[in-house]
Amino acid sequence: MNNSLYIVIVGCGRLGSHLADQLSRAGHSVVVIDKKEDTFNELSAAFSGFRVMGDATRMAVLKEAKLKQADVFFATTHEDNVNLMVAQVARKIFRVPQVLARVFDPKREQVYDRLGIETICPTSVAAEVFLMAVASGQSAGGQEAT
Amino acid sequence: MKVLIVGTGQTLYFLCRRFTAKGYEVVIINRNREECTQLARQLAATVVCGDAGDATILGEAGAMSTDVVLAITPNDQDNLVICQLASVQFGVPRAIALANDPDNFEIFEKLGVSAFSTTHIVGSLIEQQTSLEQIVNLLPVGEGRVNVTEIVLAAGSPVAGRCLKDIALPENALVAVVIRGGQPIVPRGTNQLLAGDRVVLITLPANHGRVLNLFTGEETWRSRG
Repeated sequence: MNNSLYIVIVGCGRLGSHLADQLSRAGHSVVVIDKKEDTFNELSAAFSGFRVMGDATRMAVLKEAKLKQADVFFATTHEDNVNLMVAQVARKIFRVPQVLARVFDPKREQVYDRLGIETICPTSVAAEVFLMAVASGQSAGGQEAT
Repeated sequence: MKVLIVGTGQTLYFLCRRFTAKGYEVVIINRNREECTQLARQLAATVVCGDAGDATILGEAGAMSTDVVLAITPNDQDNLVICQLASVQFGVPRAIALANDPDNFEIFEKLGVSAFSTTHIVGSLIEQQTSLEQIVNLLPVGEGRVNVTEIVLAAGSPVAGRCLKDIALPENALVAVVIRGGQPIVPRGTNQLLAGDRVVLITLPANHGRVLNLFTGEETWRSRG
């Protein structure tokens, strides 16, 4: 496949393993990194990518995952600071073109926007969806009333 | 001076004790409630209990008016983020992170955060102390960027009997002082070095090995440059 990407994902929890499965199924080359070996059990049997066991805050582990060749890098561990550190290393040292980090704390998200690291904050995303639901509920209710 | 320290354990305690003794205003952030209570009892410092990676906690600890932030937790990722929050969000003029993993020293500096590695500092200290017999004292300063080394010139030293101006010192190295018979001499070019002199050298890690070779004649030196 021509548009197959080389994607590195740090963290093989619910989000990381889900992304890895989907992207692998879509034909991309995927490498998943996690500290704990048993988290790789979360991956489906169809997952055809690589698993790297190790602490991603160690340079050696990121090198093993061949980060230099990566097109896309996702940091999805449950620790904000791990995600922020590895995302910066991926972006600024390995020069990965697309880097995205999950950050739970919206305050940290703002600071890293200023440092040029793209983040996704599940709290902000969920809040937005809830607020939209409220807004559409209101307008739907408004229509009913008329 | 106001210093904000994030960390745990003995290093934190003894550093704070040293800083408060010097009259610095010290604020500690630590996650563990019990340790916080202990620290507050033992030290003349303000102790804030919480996660220093949380901007609210940093704000409560007075990050806005802090001169130096020192992040010395056992987790490198926390040290990095704490220093970045401190400098980006609170404009702290100087934030220094401990790199527990010595590889992270370089990474932190590349990401714009001042760092130090105790493994580097202690390691080079031990290597340098043990690899040359003529070295009597060695002190890394400037976070290990500069070495102050005291050596005793042996009779066989290539520079014994020579004038300072005739010794081809590499760039960025200096003979700071010569102690002869208990008398310190700040040497000029015309001063002669003699066997038995205690010579204090200023070097950088990059030229340290070469300078020591020059003064001691020992080739066993392994440069860590």
